[in-house]
Amino acid sequence: MARLNSPEELENFRQELLSKKDPNMPCISICAGAGCIASGADEVIEAFKAQIEKEGLTAKVDTKGTGCPGFCERGPVVVIYPEEICYLGVTADDVSEIVSQTVKEKKVVDRLLFVDPITGEKAIHESDISFYKNQKRNVLCNNIKIDSKSIDDYLAIGGYSALTKALSRMTDVEVLEEVKKSNLRGRGGAGFPAGRKWEGSRNAPEPIKYVLVNADEGDPGAFMDRALLEGNPHSILEGLILGGYAIGSHEGYFYVRQEYPLAVENINLAIKQAEEYGLLGENILGSGFDFRVFVHQGAGAFVCGESTALMTSLEGRAGEPRPKYIRSNIKGLWNKPTVLNNVETWANVPLIINKGADWFTQIGTESSKGTKIFSLVGKITNTGLVEVPMGMTLRDIIYKIGGGIPNGKKFKAVQTGGPSGGCIPEDQLDLKVGFDELTKAGSMMGSGGMIVLDEDTCMVDVARYFINFLTDESCGKCVPCREGLRQMHRILTNITHGKGKEGDIELLEELSETAVEASLCALGKSAPNPFLSTLRYFRDEYEAHIKEKRCPALSCKELISYYIDPDKCTACMICARKCPAEAIDGGKKKIHIIDQEKCTNCGTCFEVCPSKFDAVTKISGEPVPAPVPEEKRMITKKSPGKSKKK
Amino acid sequence: MDNDRIDQIIDKHQGEASSLIQVLLEIQSENHWLPKNGLERVSEKLQVPLTRILHIATFYKAFSLVPKGRHEVHICVGTACHVRGATRILDTVEEATGIKPGETDLDLKFSLETVNCLGCCALGPVVEVDGKVHGKMSPIKTAEVLKIYE
Amino acid sequence: MSEIQLQIDGKEVKAKEGMTLLEAAQNAGIFIPTLCHHEKLEPFGGCRVCIVEVEVNGWTKLVVSCVYPVEENIIVRTRSEKVDRIRKTIIELLMAHAPDSPQLQDLAQEYGAIKDRFEKDASFCIHCGLCVRYCAEVAKKNAIGFVGRGINKEISFIPEIAAKECNDCKECFPLCPTSYLQAAFVLVEALVFPSSSEPESEE
Repeated sequence: MARLNSPEELENFRQELLSKKDPNMPCISICAGAGCIASGADEVIEAFKAQIEKEGLTAKVDTKGTGCPGFCERGPVVVIYPEEICYLGVTADDVSEIVSQTVKEKKVVDRLLFVDPITGEKAIHESDISFYKNQKRNVLCNNIKIDSKSIDDYLAIGGYSALTKALSRMTDVEVLEEVKKSNLRGRGGAGFPAGRKWEGSRNAPEPIKYVLVNADEGDPGAFMDRALLEGNPHSILEGLILGGYAIGSHEGYFYVRQEYPLAVENINLAIKQAEEYGLLGENILGSGFDFRVFVHQGAGAFVCGESTALMTSLEGRAGEPRPKYIRSNIKGLWNKPTVLNNVETWANVPLIINKGADWFTQIGTESSKGTKIFSLVGKITNTGLVEVPMGMTLRDIIYKIGGGIPNGKKFKAVQTGGPSGGCIPEDQLDLKVGFDELTKAGSMMGSGGMIVLDEDTCMVDVARYFINFLTDESCGKCVPCREGLRQMHRILTNITHGKGKEGDIELLEELSETAVEASLCALGKSAPNPFLSTLRYFRDEYEAHIKEKRCPALSCKELISYYIDPDKCTACMICARKCPAEAIDGGKKKIHIIDQEKCTNCGTCFEVCPSKFDAVTKISGEPVPAPVPEEKRMITKKSPGKSKKK
Repeated sequence: MDNDRIDQIIDKHQGEASSLIQVLLEIQSENHWLPKNGLERVSEKLQVPLTRILHIATFYKAFSLVPKGRHEVHICVGTACHVRGATRILDTVEEATGIKPGETDLDLKFSLETVNCLGCCALGPVVEVDGKVHGKMSPIKTAEVLKIYE
Repeated sequence: MSEIQLQIDGKEVKAKEGMTLLEAAQNAGIFIPTLCHHEKLEPFGGCRVCIVEVEVNGWTKLVVSCVYPVEENIIVRTRSEKVDRIRKTIIELLMAHAPDSPQLQDLAQEYGAIKDRFEKDASFCIHCGLCVRYCAEVAKKNAIGFVGRGINKEISFIPEIAAKECNDCKECFPLCPTSYLQAAFVLVEALVFPSSSEPESEE
């Protein structure tokens, strides 16, 4: 492959690629993202390739492993082009049927289609699926169309056209101005205006500058960056080169968490390919602009997602944050002006340059422009990555796209913003997603994690869970975070164990103030948010735990007892056999009783009792009813639900 | 791990102190742990005090200063997996292997760690063994997966 | 370097550009309490005891004075209800580790901190970092460092280096506010020093 030395050469090469493609040629696209691979996509890809070869169709049918389209729970996901027929949960055993029915005869294999959870209707095309229909996938749409390991695929869909436009028809200042005009706000959590950050670095009187990609996606529950980096690495790379051009930086870094090995592999490959094609290195496309990119892996520390800690880690040190009194876009990596942005932020840059800031600002709200990718997970029917315009309501995301709460359970809250965020209750569901709107409600946008919780979730436990996470991930340098969170964790754990006491809430609030006001970095400063927001909206749960030793959600192991309702028990023996503590006494036609002394609260009986009987209940905050007297324990008639013993 | 191999890894990263973490990651990946003499060699060649290397080796979860088992079991306890019952999966693994997170069993067969999110949240609860991700796990399925490993 | 005018506790103070608030205050004879600060060492910003209120352009915020650079015309308050409240909590959190430290006891008296507010912790190190930083920056021996992170963070001697260097130095010993350093040294010497063939028995 000869180096491309000018924008014209690149465009000619692109046209050559396109002319070789037949738009009507069938293409089998199988998602090769980490999620689908975990569900067996590797075998599916191999099976398709083998089947196509067996039938002698290799020249007539394209088969490729592609980027992640975000519907991970239903993987492996397969889309057959050009019809865009979308199959879910495909296994290697389905392959020969798909090839003969769909690829050859253009017929649909019904059983592999998406079924709408509410209407029961089947959807044939990706665009008909309720999960996808209401999304606006400006950034994610290309993932399923390209082989993530192929730069030619990226070029064929128009990739690097923003770079050629910028290098041939725009000055570096014009690129910066366009990004400023677009009002693009950082997608990593803070929502700082990217253009303003870039301008600060550009104007800093220092010749050496750096641009960094923060790919240390550490928020548990968030995997947007993984899908982008694995699925379309060149789009991020293009954004980064544009950023370097705009601020006058010649060296860029990807900081990728090592828990994403496929992302590390794909971005390393993309960089190598870009270097080969002359899109990186010296005199890019004859413009005179030099730019090199390196990849560094993280080593397992959530705090390294914080910008100053990331830079410290890049310098080969333990990732302890630095004070932000001197902004890192002025003195950052190696004390040089450094622009650090999140993966999704960089992915938006080529779109803004290609389609213009005006196009971008038409999407979204007054203060939050463009789209945002959320990872919609937890107690939700349609789980996966969701890209929506800013301003869509939480209700629409959760119900129209997410399909609501499964198993007939009631919605309780949605946790946004990861460990720095908060929980938003039902009466706020009409809130329009946006940076400022979510912050006002006591949460934040964060990187885009959106975890849905239902009636079985204990909100005190949610606070405890996040504080526990942050205690583990704290770098330990400053007292308010290291010591403050340690004590908050102790108190919250005691509360969930029924050892809470009067004054605990006030003490937690005091520790929260100390952490918010005096912590070294954003990890500590935002750590109390999950506690503060659950206290704001679910104070009654805290008080129930402390005053009544009761868990309203019937979730905290130490505060619940399992009890078999004698009116519903049919003595089927299932729970007695499965109980790992041998704590259930009963026999055929003899009402089962749980020995509370032996019971370890594992919950097995609750799960195995057949739903038609539903005899096992959870009790909290009150004593377990006295067991049925011996003489009344025999069931005389087989009639579940009819009481013979009172 | 012998000094020659360590030197090779260091040279690959241009012998720069800023590549310290990348060098250690490679040694960890090949050797499955960081022996003290290896760290002393790195300290010598990169001209970095041993205290800084030890801080890094104990700060980041990826590194281990003690030998690990043949099979590394990671249980994801991220929020999405937690909400879907990761705690019960962890209990099952602890019982099946006899070790707690951070430990390695006496036969050096399994090492157990909890991880704070592998990025496969839609498939929660998730268990990763030797880099292979298993999604939609239940206590029973987890026990079955562990039986495969020697 | 240009001169900067600012106000600390109602007093007009002159400072040089690049100075920290703490330096400017100390030069003007105004006291701000510290735990992890030492004039021979780079500012650390770990204990947060030196926080002060800064008012600039009508906005008030809390900053850590040992690292915050002086700015023209800012108004600084070294004591206020909020500052005192937070200092009190920080002292109480540290007293869960080292209730007998003289420095902490002095601060506790000034700020009304309650010694037993929080459940006691086993280790009496308060992570001021003075020992580690002194050994790295002044003595330049790197015989002691930090290991771990978060609540598992600890100071740790490197036995081979400590055995060679420490007995002739020990300049860090008087810096430790809690005597944890001395205790750690005694343990390391007894158990791990490479030159000793038999462990010395300690009371």
